[in-house]
Amino acid sequence: MTDLTQLGVKAIRDGVARGDFTAREVAEAFNAAVAGAAALNAFIVTTPDHALAAADAVDTRRAKGEGLGVMGGVPIGMKDLFATKGVQTTAASHILEGFRPEYESTVSQNLWNAGAGMLGKLNLDQFAMGSSNETSWFGNVNSPWRKAGSNAAMSPGGSSGGSSAAVASRIAPAATGTDTGGSIRQPAAFAGISGIKPTYGRCSRWGVVAFASSLDQAGPMARDVTDCAIMLEAMAGFDPKDATSLDMPVPKWEASLNADLRGKKIGIPREYRMDGTDAAILASWERGKEWLRDAGAEIVDISLPHTKYALPAYYIIAPAEASSNLARYDGVRYGLRDLPERAGLQDMYAATRAAGFGDEVKRRVLIGTYVLSAGFYDAYYTQAQKVRALVARDFEQAWAQCDAILAPTTPTASFPIGSLDKDPLTMYLNDVFAVPASLAGLPAMSVPAMLNADGLPLGLQIVGKPFDEQGVLDVALAIEQRAGFEAQPERWW
Amino acid sequence: MSSYRIQGATGEWEVVIGLEVHAQVVSNSKLFSGAATAFGAEPNSQVSLVDAAMPGMLPVPNRECIRQAVRTGMAIEAEINRWSRFDRKNYFYADLPQGYQISQLYHPLVGEGALTIEADEKVGIPEDKVIGIERIHVEQDAGKLMHDQHPTMSYVDLNRSGVALMEIVSRPDMRSPAEAGAYVRKLRSILRYVGSCDGNMEEGSMRADVNVSVRKPGEPFGTRTETKNVNSVRFVMQAIEHEARRQVDLIEDGGKVVQETRLFDPNTGSTRSMRSKEDAHDYRYFPDPDLLPLELDEAFLAECRASLPELPDAKRRRYVEKLGLTPYNARELTAEVETFARFETLLAETAKGIGKPEKAVATQVANWALSIAPGVMNAARAEANPAHATASAQAAILAMQDRGEISGGQAKEIFEIVLTTGRAPAEIAETEGLKQQSDTGAIEAVIDGVLAANQDKVEEYRGGKDKLFGFFIGQTMKAMEGKGNPAVVNQLLKAKLDG
Repeated sequence: MTDLTQLGVKAIRDGVARGDFTAREVAEAFNAAVAGAAALNAFIVTTPDHALAAADAVDTRRAKGEGLGVMGGVPIGMKDLFATKGVQTTAASHILEGFRPEYESTVSQNLWNAGAGMLGKLNLDQFAMGSSNETSWFGNVNSPWRKAGSNAAMSPGGSSGGSSAAVASRIAPAATGTDTGGSIRQPAAFAGISGIKPTYGRCSRWGVVAFASSLDQAGPMARDVTDCAIMLEAMAGFDPKDATSLDMPVPKWEASLNADLRGKKIGIPREYRMDGTDAAILASWERGKEWLRDAGAEIVDISLPHTKYALPAYYIIAPAEASSNLARYDGVRYGLRDLPERAGLQDMYAATRAAGFGDEVKRRVLIGTYVLSAGFYDAYYTQAQKVRALVARDFEQAWAQCDAILAPTTPTASFPIGSLDKDPLTMYLNDVFAVPASLAGLPAMSVPAMLNADGLPLGLQIVGKPFDEQGVLDVALAIEQRAGFEAQPERWW
Repeated sequence: MSSYRIQGATGEWEVVIGLEVHAQVVSNSKLFSGAATAFGAEPNSQVSLVDAAMPGMLPVPNRECIRQAVRTGMAIEAEINRWSRFDRKNYFYADLPQGYQISQLYHPLVGEGALTIEADEKVGIPEDKVIGIERIHVEQDAGKLMHDQHPTMSYVDLNRSGVALMEIVSRPDMRSPAEAGAYVRKLRSILRYVGSCDGNMEEGSMRADVNVSVRKPGEPFGTRTETKNVNSVRFVMQAIEHEARRQVDLIEDGGKVVQETRLFDPNTGSTRSMRSKEDAHDYRYFPDPDLLPLELDEAFLAECRASLPELPDAKRRRYVEKLGLTPYNARELTAEVETFARFETLLAETAKGIGKPEKAVATQVANWALSIAPGVMNAARAEANPAHATASAQAAILAMQDRGEISGGQAKEIFEIVLTTGRAPAEIAETEGLKQQSDTGAIEAVIDGVLAANQDKVEEYRGGKDKLFGFFIGQTMKAMEGKGNPAVVNQLLKAKLDG
């Protein structure tokens, strides 16, 4: 019998539906893989019973001849930013350690309704703030990838680093991620997997611990483009409980996948050729253009003139929103409470938040508080919103010339754990290519391109028009078919 | 112009007043959640996951709350902003689960409007005065801290957390406590007409932040203080009086008014400092990223407009111009929703019962409703059952009186019996003998007897002693045990004596 953990979403779903194996066999295989991969620290909690129960339900429906769902029989990892009923939900923070919600996020519920099961809650950067998965209260995630000839622990990227590590190491066929300024795409690129951030509003934010509300967007991380299309279909949909949710039908992305790009124009933004971009990254970008030409697309040069202002604007807007979103973690109603002897209310807030938040979270809360303060608001927040509008306009103007944009996902490949955590500005640069699409709310995807000289994966990013996830997936599929990326990390865990 | 002045050692001072009224919106559920809003429920029994600010919970605007605020704006003839937006006001407090209040700083739902306070010589308002309203915005209420439940801990009740408030901000257009009082009463009346707020100040459905400054007449505005959460018209007026006096004394003693937030103490009628501008919060307002801008279409606005009732000013004008009521009666009857509702029902029933147009009976009904009926109810308070005071019973009494079947005194007696027993007025009049005699033959017979028994007085009268007419009336009524119809008795007596 095949090793079931080598299968992705589509192969598992179709195999279960055909009766090649049962959903329970799949769940057991992945539960075992998860249990055997503690060294990755990808999961904060594991939920083998959840995976088994979902699998049994699918097997029962199959026995009765009922439909199994878009994700029927597929066990997945759930980023621990999604509230899961009765299962600890922490955002990888100490302040929410032990918190068990009485509710299920819309996205996770959609997945369970589609027949998926949960292997566990995946580690992440604390409150999704980070690009290396080193800010988690529960310890960093180790990438399954290592540089050739080295035993140094590498970063799986962040914030969805547990998700990227789990999928890349084949202990989960797919995982949810969330992307505020690259948190799906950058870890996907680092780990040699695919991940898509859909148009802002496609996936409900209800029940997802908020980082920066105007940017947060959930999406799938999986081994290939088709699996991403399948899983996104299950996750997306209008939710009246989220006022920013898109009230549009969910397209049949999987069924419409088409790698024939004849008649399509792909834009190459000249401003993405930045100093400090790794030569191998630039080489992969060139290969990407060739692959797309081969798929029938026309490559056109475009300009996104405000690109260089996007990252600074992002690091004003996202912390501003975060400083307010995280005010609710105050020790009053749930989560950690640190009440020193004879302390008053203000002392309790201070003590609780000092103990409950990590350094990066505190840094961003401080930045956000500062940029919203009287006297600084216009200089920072208002200005950043203007930049955001200009970045969005850049893209709108680009759509007159092209159907999608091809760019690198990150300026470098993965880096060793501990190499950047003292240097937040360099860390923030990881998301320099990812952030513009986030500010503009556009669908964007990372797809594996190749390995660099160190044997580490590099990703290519496709950015699409609003609501055109299909266009993004199609371009990604064309790249995937030509890149032939089959590499897997060598097991060391 | 108001002539209200504070006498200081250095001369007269004028007080400048602006009010921010917080009015709880009448709606079944909260501004951004589905939780109920009823007053007086068990603590924390009306709290949704959103109100408790659980992780990942999101606000969704309640259309009914928006509709109520728009209708209120229309009632004060304000500009309704087709595009408005919610902002977060950030601060930490235990009654504020989110750590921010969702409000509207930069783009309020309702813009510039106004209301008119009516002339009232008695309180020093010589003529009608228009008070400008700067804006109305919609925001969430906070929860409530309870300090009396435990010796060392404070408890939090989140039932009120997230309930919709309208903050109605006036211009600094008021110049006396009386004007401020009239403004609050008028605003309350409009809100209750519209049905957007129940105006119940005791339950906290309406409360005012009172901005007060003083200046020498003609000089620029002085520095203002804001006295928070004053919850009755009387307290608003007291707070202004106290605060204006305090500021005048302070300035005249060489001090300076500092911009600060103050608290009103209802027990002493005074205000005291809560926090000064220096330690005021920096609320870090910014647009709430969980919510899209609020865009109103014309169909929605048209529906809001169509749903507005006749408003107090229009109703008052109609009562004077169409019903012929005195301005005083018109004002009294239109002040409260319950009053005009009772009046209009009774007026309709009475006009129908008598078969005359409303205008012909309006004054009679107004007098009944404003003075006669309340007088009887007060007198009979202990035994009266207000439920018996139906419009049809009262209309029946008024109709009997209009037909001359009963006198004004009998009407009161009958109404008193109605209130205590719920019996039908016609039956009471019959059974209790509470009817007056209008039959000319019977009255003439009595008059003849009276005149015969008092021939000497008849002679005196006819000799020019007109004043004796009252004596004959009295004798006739006495002989009829007070049941003679005074008008008929009067007319017949006059005919007999003068004829």
